[in-house]
Order: sequence, then C-alpha cells, then structure tokens
Amino acid sequence: MELSGQTGHPEPDGIRFILDGEVVTVRDCPPTTTVLNYLREHVHRTGTKEGCAEGDCGACTVVLAELDGDRVRYRPINACIRFLPTIDGKALITVESLKAADGTYHPVQQAMMDCHASQCGFCTPGFVMSLFALYKSELPPDRARVSEVLSGNLCRCTGYRPIIDAAQKMHAYPSHATTDPLGLHAPFNAGGVAGEGEQRLRQLLLGIQRHSTLSQQAGAFQYYAPATVAALSSLVAAHPDAYLLAGGTDIGLWVTKQHRDLPTIIYLGNVAELGQMTRSATHLEVSAAVPLSDAFTELAALYPELNDLLSRFASPPIRNSGTLVGNIANGSPIGDSMPALIALGASIILRNGESRRELPLDEFYLAYQKKAWGPGEWIEKVRIPLPVAGRILRSYKISKRFDQDISAVCGAYCLTLDNGQVQDIRICYGGMAATSKRAMHTEAALKGQPWRQETIDAASIQLESDYTPLTDMRAGSDYRRRVAKNLLQRFFLETAAPDVPTSVLSLVGEPS
Amino acid sequence: MTQPSFRGGVGTPMKHDSAHLHVSGEATYTDDILEPRGTLYAALGRSTRPHARIKRLDLTPVLAAPGVVAVATAADVPGENNCGPLVADEPIFTDDLVQFAGQVIFGVAARSMEEARRAARLAVIEYEDLPPVLTIEEALAQQSYVLPTRVMQRGNAREQLAQAPHRLQGTLALGGQDHFYLEGQVSLVTPLEDGTVKVQTSTQNPTEVQHLVAHALGRSAHDVLVECRRMGGGFGGKETQCSPFACAAAVLAHKTGRPVKIRLDRDDDMVMTGKRHDFRNRYDVGFDDRGRILAIEIELASRCGWSADLSGSINDRAMFHSDNCYYLDHVTITSHRCKTNTVSNTAFRGFGGPQGMITIEQVVDEIARYLGKDPLEVRKLNFYGGPGRDLTPYQMPVEDFIMPELITELETTADYHRRRQAIEAFNARSPVLKKGLALTPVKFGISFTATHLNQAGALVHLYNDGSVLLNHGGTEMGQGLFMKVAQVVAEEFQIDVDRIRVTATDTSKVPNTSATAASSGADMNGKAAQAAAQILKDRLVAFAASHFNVAAADVRFTDNQVLVGEQRLGFTELVNLAYHQRISLSAAGYYRTPKIHYDQQTLTGRPFYYFAYGAAVSEVVIDTLAGESKVLRVDILHDAGSSLNPAIDMGQIEGGFVQGMGWLTTEELWWNPAGELKTHAPSTYKIPVAGDLPPVFNARIWQKGRNREESIFRSKAVGEPPFMLANSVFLAIKDAIASLADGRVRVPLNAPATAEEILRAVDAVKDAAGALPAGRNREAEPV
Repeated sequence: MELSGQTGHPEPDGIRFILDGEVVTVRDCPPTTTVLNYLREHVHRTGTKEGCAEGDCGACTVVLAELDGDRVRYRPINACIRFLPTIDGKALITVESLKAADGTYHPVQQAMMDCHASQCGFCTPGFVMSLFALYKSELPPDRARVSEVLSGNLCRCTGYRPIIDAAQKMHAYPSHATTDPLGLHAPFNAGGVAGEGEQRLRQLLLGIQRHSTLSQQAGAFQYYAPATVAALSSLVAAHPDAYLLAGGTDIGLWVTKQHRDLPTIIYLGNVAELGQMTRSATHLEVSAAVPLSDAFTELAALYPELNDLLSRFASPPIRNSGTLVGNIANGSPIGDSMPALIALGASIILRNGESRRELPLDEFYLAYQKKAWGPGEWIEKVRIPLPVAGRILRSYKISKRFDQDISAVCGAYCLTLDNGQVQDIRICYGGMAATSKRAMHTEAALKGQPWRQETIDAASIQLESDYTPLTDMRAGSDYRRRVAKNLLQRFFLETAAPDVPTSVLSLVGEPS
Repeated sequence: MTQPSFRGGVGTPMKHDSAHLHVSGEATYTDDILEPRGTLYAALGRSTRPHARIKRLDLTPVLAAPGVVAVATAADVPGENNCGPLVADEPIFTDDLVQFAGQVIFGVAARSMEEARRAARLAVIEYEDLPPVLTIEEALAQQSYVLPTRVMQRGNAREQLAQAPHRLQGTLALGGQDHFYLEGQVSLVTPLEDGTVKVQTSTQNPTEVQHLVAHALGRSAHDVLVECRRMGGGFGGKETQCSPFACAAAVLAHKTGRPVKIRLDRDDDMVMTGKRHDFRNRYDVGFDDRGRILAIEIELASRCGWSADLSGSINDRAMFHSDNCYYLDHVTITSHRCKTNTVSNTAFRGFGGPQGMITIEQVVDEIARYLGKDPLEVRKLNFYGGPGRDLTPYQMPVEDFIMPELITELETTADYHRRRQAIEAFNARSPVLKKGLALTPVKFGISFTATHLNQAGALVHLYNDGSVLLNHGGTEMGQGLFMKVAQVVAEEFQIDVDRIRVTATDTSKVPNTSATAASSGADMNGKAAQAAAQILKDRLVAFAASHFNVAAADVRFTDNQVLVGEQRLGFTELVNLAYHQRISLSAAGYYRTPKIHYDQQTLTGRPFYYFAYGAAVSEVVIDTLAGESKVLRVDILHDAGSSLNPAIDMGQIEGGFVQGMGWLTTEELWWNPAGELKTHAPSTYKIPVAGDLPPVFNARIWQKGRNREESIFRSKAVGEPPFMLANSVFLAIKDAIASLADGRVRVPLNAPATAEEILRAVDAVKDAAGALPAGRNREAEPV
C-alpha cells in the first residue's frame, strides 16, 4: 500500500518532534509507548512524574507546542496517557526545558519559589507546566481562570493558595535570562506577532511537518497516522480491526491500566480535515479530531448557558487531547457531552469508505457499550443545532467534586414554551442508565401541559418509569433517582423564578 | 534588638530547602535514581478475595511470561516472613490464608516494569472462600477485634447520666481517607557485598524498614542501610506502609542477586495500602440547662482492617482527643479496635485524633441545637478552666490552655456574630441554597503516645572550609523539616543557613530513629541538631578561649563571625584553625522529650509534652436539591508557638486544613459488597483541587504564640493540628442543613458530607420537620 504518496517523495520515517530546540527522531518504538515513559525510561529525563498513569493527577503534565497560523500554540497535556507517535510534528516542552542555560529560572518557576508553592514537590513540575502554558497563552489570569487551568493538577500538600498566588504573580516577573532561544521566558503577547524565539520555534516546527501518512512498525504492532481523509478511509478499509485513536484519553488507560495489546492503531489527529469546525445556517459541525477545548470554546459561544457544565468537564490537559467526537464514540453512560447534545437534537455523520449517513445521536446508543454502527463505520463529525430563539437549554452535572470528576448524574433539558404551555421538551440524563438516555415518559407527561409546579410534580413521577439507576462508587441508586427529579425541579425554578439562586457556585465571592 | 546579619535564622520565612529543585524537576525522588546495571523490576500478585484459603497457586505462567527472571513466595523468604511493625501479623507473602482483597501472595521480577506487571496477572490462583467481616457493625456483632478493647474512665458517667437534667444520644459515622501522596510507594534494593543491602525508599521510617528488611533476610540491622532523601508526600502513609514493598523487593533481590526496584501503580497502591481508619462513634451525654456537660459516655469503634499495624496507638489517640477543649467531668470512653477483612488501616495526619475530636464537637453542637443556643456559646461554656476543671480524662492537667484568648480574637477578626445574623437572613429568603457557619477549636497533644519513641539523634560535621553538613533522623516529606532544622543550626552558629547542607536520612549516619510522625519532626530533630551544634560550639569556644587566651565567656558567635575577646574571626577561619589544632569537628546530638510518662494499664499519665491549639470559622453554602456544597469563607487562627519558619508553618496550616476539608467532604472510600475497594484512583477518589480552596481564606499564625514548655526555640509542632481545623466545615454544613427546620430537628449527617450524604440529611430533616407541630422541638432520640 502506498501511504506516503501525496508529496511525490517519501518523507522520513520515524517520529519527529522538537525537544529543547533539537529535532528528535525516534524509530522502532512500540506505538503505545507513552510520552511519559519515553521521557523517564528511554532518555532518563525524570523531572516529569507519574502520579496516576490515567490523566487525573497532572504530575506528568508537559506542554506541546504546535503551529497555529503564523503563531505557535502551547497546550498542556498528560504525558502519562499520550502515545509518543502522536506528538510527531510538534515540540515537546518539559519542566527541564524552562530554566535558561545561564541558570535563570523561568518566571513561572521563580513565582512558585517565591510564593512557597511547593512542599513535597512531586506535583510541582506538573503545576509549573500547566502554568507555563497559561503564561504563554493568556494575559494575567483572574482567580477563577487559574482554578480552571489547574483543575487537572492535584496537590496534596499546599492547599493550593500559594500556587494560585504564583499563577497570579508570574506575569509580573521580569525575565532576566540572557539566553532564551525559543522565547519560553517571554510572556503571552496579546494580539501581537511572534517574537524572535517563537519564530525560531515555528521554523523548527515547519521543518518537521508531514504531509503523508506516518507509519510505525514495532514487532507485531502497527501505527498509522494518515494526513488526509482519503488515506484514512483506505487505511480503515485495509485494517478493519484497527483501533481508531483520537485523543487517547480513554485508550491510553487500556495500555497503562489494563496492559492491553493494541495491534493496529490508526491515529486521526494528523488529518487536517478532521480538525475543522464549520457553521452552517442551522448547525455547528465538529469533526472527529477537534479537541474538546476547541469544541467547547465554540459551543460556549453559542450556548453560554452550558458554561457551568463545560467548566466542570474534565481538565485542560484532558480537553486538549480528548475530542468531542471521541467522547461520543466512546459512549460511556457517564460521558458528559451526550445529555446536552441529545437534548439539543444533535446528530452524527457516520462514514464508511466513501459513503456517509446521518444518525440522530440518541439513536446511536443501543445498550451498554453497544452502538448503532457497523464494521468499517466511524464518526466523521457531530452536527449540533444552532440556538433557536425561545428555546431554553440547561445542563447540570452533579459529582462529588466540582472539577475534573465523573458525573453521578448529568441532566440536560431543552424546552420550547408556547404561551406558557410546553410545546416541545427533550430531557436526557447521563448516569441513570447503561447509556445516556432520554426521559421519554417524562417528556410525554410534560408536552402540551402548562409549565408550572403541578405539571413538574406530576411529570417527575414518570422519571421512575424512565430509569432504573445503579448503585456504584459514584452514587447510590436512591440518590440518583432523587437528584434526577430535583434537577428537573431546578430547571423549572430557573425558568419560572430566575431570581432564586440555585447554584452554589454562584455565591463564590459572596460570603456573608 | 538589632536584626541579625546572617541569613535564615530561627523565625525567618525561608523557602523550602528544595524549592529550586522542585520547580525545575531536578529534585531526585526514589524512582528518579539512575538504577544500577542489571536492575530488575518487581510487581506483586495480590488476592482478589477478602477472606479465603489458597487452594492452589500455579506460578508457571508467570515464570514463562516474557522478561520474567524470578518469582518469590513465602517459601523464598530467607528470614522472618513478616512486615508487621509491632505485632508480627503481616506476612510479606501470605502462605495460605488471604485476609483482604489486595493481600500480597507472590512477587515477580522482570527485565521491565511493564513485563513484571503483565506477568503478575497471569498466576492461577484457586481460593476456598471464607466468610468475610467487612464492616464495623459486623465486627462489633462478632466481637472481631485486632487488639483488646480499652476503657478510659473517670467518675461514674452511667449514674450521672441518669440524673442529668437533659440527655442526648447519637451516633456519628466517619469515613476513612486515602493519603493520596502524589508519589506512590517505591523502593530500590541493591545487594552489596557480604550479604549487605542498600535500600533506597520513600519512607517516613527508615529505621523500621531497616529492621524489617534485616529480619526478612535473616540478617542484622547493621547489614541493611536505608536511605531516603525525600518523599513525594507521606502524611502517615509511609510510616509503616512502605515496609511490605521494601521487604518484597529485598526478597527478590536476595533471590536474584540483582538490584530490584518496586514501584506501585496508583491503583495497586490504593488497594493495597492502609488508610485513615473509618469510625462509628456513639455518645450518650447529660447536661444542664445552660449546656454544660455533666456526664458522657463515648464509644469509639474503628475499622482497623486485617492486621494490628499501628491501630493500638491510633485508637489511643482517638480516645485522648475525645475531650478536645472540653472538660468532661464524669466520663467513660470505650474504644473498640475492629478486625475486618479489609486493608489494614494505618497512620494518617492526626492519627486517630480527628475522629475523636470531631465526635465531641458533634456532641457540643447537638447540645446547643437542643437548647436553641449558638454552638459557640456552649463550646465556651464547656472549655477547660476554672476550679477543678483542668484534668483530662487521662488525668493530665491542661496547663497551657490559651483557647479563650485565641478564640476571642478569631471571633472578632472573622466577624462571627454579624455573619451569623446575615446568614439567618439569607436563609430566610433563599429557598434552594442554604448557608451555614461554624467555629470550632482544636487542642492537639504533642508527643508520641508510645513514650520510648520520643527520642532523636542528629549529626553535624564542620568541614575545614567552613561548610556544614547536617544529618538527622527526620525525613523530608515536603513539610520543610530539613529547612527548619537547618535554621536551628544556623541560629546556633549564627551563620547563613546556605552554609548548611542537609543530607538524605540514612540509617548508617543516625541510628535507632523514630518515624517522622506525630508532628514531632522539628521538635525532636531540631533539639537533637541543636545539641550537636552546641557540643561543637562548646569545643570551639574552649579551643578559642585557650588559643587566644581569653575567658570562654568572651567568645561569641555572631553574624557569620566569632568574637574572641577584642578579636573578630570569620567562622571559617576559626573552624580551620581548630582543625589544624586537631579539634574534633564532628558531633552527634541527642534529645529525649522531658516530662512525659504514660501508664498503659491505667490509661493515665502525661502522654503529651504540650498541646497545640487553633481555631477556624467556616462558612458554607449547600444546594438542597442536589446536595452539593461549597465552602465560601474560612478564617483560621493557629498557634504555632514561636514559629521556627512562618512561611513553612503557614503551608502546614493551609495544607492541613484543605486536606481535612477533603476528608470531611469529597473524599469517599467505597467498597463493593464483595469487599473490594472501588475508589482506587483519582478518577474515583476525589481529593480537593484548586477550585475547592475557599475563595476567601484568611489563615493567620497567632502572633502571641509561645510554647510554655522548653521546646525548640519555644515553637510548637504544626504538622497535624491544622488538619482538624476543618471540623468547622463539617459543622457548618450541618448548620446549613439545620436551618431547613430552624434548628428544631436533629441533623443526621455523617462524614464525608458528599452531595449524596448532604441530600440524605436534607431530606431527613425536611421529612422530620414536616411531621412536627409548629414551634415544637422533636424529642431527643438517637439519630
């Protein structure tokens, strides 16, 4: 099979990335080698730590720099579940990269030291890298933004106050480094052009871009990263048993936790067309390789009422690797994007070779981990309806912790009223069944009825017929039932009595 | 007084000694050490059943797996197959009896970590299941105990309860807590010549690892060197829990003759290692019209798990803290140490203290609600102090009770009373969200309750270039101990702290050390280092006096220099001179805590050298529809004595509080009915994140603090006490729930107060309030 034909000449084999200004080429590496194990075990670069090997603690946070038009974009990711071949064409920045050759600490590092922001120090490299990405990407943050940026970094010692202080002070530190070839010490330059260092990094990145399929073989294991949908389609056809890899935020755990062998992997992240989002007159279309972070920016712009949900959805490093379509394709019963998407009436485009079909998202989930797709089919994009005047949307996520947690229950409600009567309502819950599932009985009991407390009381009894939730480590079945009902009540209150505060987070900054 | 012109003396807010290494990734943790050539990697095979006999164990497939070099079982242990610290009840590899789901059955060493972990899953194990005891209730019913029940008694509580004007009974269930140190358990064991081994490990207790490894290998203590430069967090979780893995690696190293590294995956770590004990406590309290406690019976029952570990001392400490700041006249405290087929619970910051302390806080809170008073008023009424009200239930006089003064200050700075009113007003107009407020005090006893552990050693070398090397028995787990002790030495010599290098804790440098635990690290190692420094100073003074022919009293260390009569020498100059005059420049210092004694039979004595104090006010808001809660504001005033390092102490205060808040709110351990822990990773076990930090967080060190005892520079231990400041969060949540029935209904809230638990209590209060005639209190009855 010809996999690298587009440019007419074969491109170099081996994974190529930039590390501290040098092009690193890695060959013969098992495709599921994580970036973390590469750093720690292959090159004994041990500043990056393993805390959990599942993307939940952030001790392994590193930053990937990639081309973004005429600039470079810096994003934190979890090295522990990111496969090395997927950083092909990018620059890898680790905690060891930050101190200047003359010994000057990076402003992030200096602020952390001055604020007494490390105790045991084991989580510190991860915090430094999350903050470094912020330093390079944004203006000085307010406290809420810092909390969001750090939601994927656990510290067990400090209680976080000094780290938050450091995050808010780091931009004010002058950079004294006499050498800073890649501009890592230069703070974010709003709306400006790339500085000298960033230009240098950009040139290095341009030098390792690939326009054809990257293929890696190690023993019986194969890895393909096609650059076009056409190449992807033919690879999928040629390897019907291959695992399609997007962000790897779940597949990574198959390797680190379950020690599974993944004989053939086809990576979607290098397919340019799949990195696109488009807006039609009626829909926002999010393609398969669009990271959650980008999809959420777009989604939040369309539906600001989803902000609370989106800010509770995973952590920045996970959102930077994981994709919205991956969340949908994975189809976990506790995935947090599905309830809102289903309530909105989103659909997916299933691709098989050259053929495509559109399927309403709620018809995709048949039973626990059973989906309405056939062999060779993959999700090319999700189509999300644009806002419609008068339609009210809410989605509430309930979990033990606000940030970076998995739902006990996630409810979504999409309501259209007509003269105080329910013209249309779609309700979908996660965490209540083996899939994200609509509350069909409840919806039926609400439709055509006046939107008032009595209607809600009567209809919410139907939730009992809609769901038989389980008890597990996240919540008991009684609690799930009760909360499903109460969230419907909350939705009602927010529409009927918008002055009544219903979110504990709305009181942050307002102690008595 | 003029400011000293040397850097980093006692009381200055120096940075952590490794801060620059932390932020640059240059700090070396055990897993970062470049392994010797030929190192093998170990993984452990563990049981999946909570209680069973092993009928068949076939390791053939494990041995046949790629990369595997050796396996080890109980039969391969050359010495004693035990890693139990006090009671020899914990086999390194279990022989035939499985006592919890997660127990180690065998070890495997392979050429890579991945190969070892894959191979460990291939064993064929057949079990014959035995009936497990999983919960405290089951254990109590079957009288299944790891250690005998203890009873502490004064007066006649039973009789006085019957006569008390008011009486309340209740229970409080408290969940356990995983340490969630970011660095998991890890050891690298390297065989050296003549049967000796070197163990590099992440441990709070190098001496104990040394002894257990020596016993396992059938060697003497002097054959085993244990070294630890730093831990990536400990919190009590590396006091005893590191030993099983160090021992397993040592057995595999012995068998293969090669270095063996073991590093637990997070899930294995959480399944296999002990945690904070969960408790189920009952109380029966009698009190007068004002709310003063007349008599109380407290029953503490903890889930110790399958082995004794440190459960004896932990439960003792729970008993010692069942009074907190309150004088209990007629009192009986009973403590059951339940044996269950679950992981063996262990030390965790507070060491049982939190579980005892929050129970009496709950009692006082219940009394106040019953009487319709502000709980703060009832707290003050019951404080130690006044004639005949200074003896703890274990007969130790409370001589340093500063709480009234401290709490008065906090009440004012936190604006307690105005906010109490504002919250009432908010709750009256907010149907869904409810706020709550609570101020709780902390009195925490400082010293190991096992008296013999209260000793420490240190070693100070002066090199002839004037640089100083300091080594002591304490371990660095992030708490800043190395810097604090270095500051003590800097203070003694009046030299810049940068001239002092603290080196890895090493059993061959300072022997017979105690664990770095019980908040005692700086108190004891600081004193030992001070003693060593003073020995050297005395030598230098004597030398200088004789060499320069001045009186010893005229030799003074100051500003990186030494004044010898009229002459001024650089510190280095004097040291170098002394070296050339053949003065020994190395000294070992030793310290043992004075005054303490405790009778294990009568449960009386003075187990603590002194008490550390603090208090906190927390304000929370809860959502009565989903049960979610948010801490909105916290004010802390904490007594660190005369702080050795206010920056480091503040880190302990804030960090301890947030960790305590996690224990009482989001951190829930959940076992399935088969006895398997299902919350064994950060995806399912939720410690606080940055966003959980109270948005208004005013923590202060009490400026008037000064230890009345002669502790190191009059400072106070600060590792554990702040953890319990978070009791205020739990009671504030309870206060918010109580507002649903204007305080007329008892709130059946247990910990952790997860959203689920809060909603359960909210619904119970709503139901009970609905059943009440207006304006009438519900009869007091157990909840």
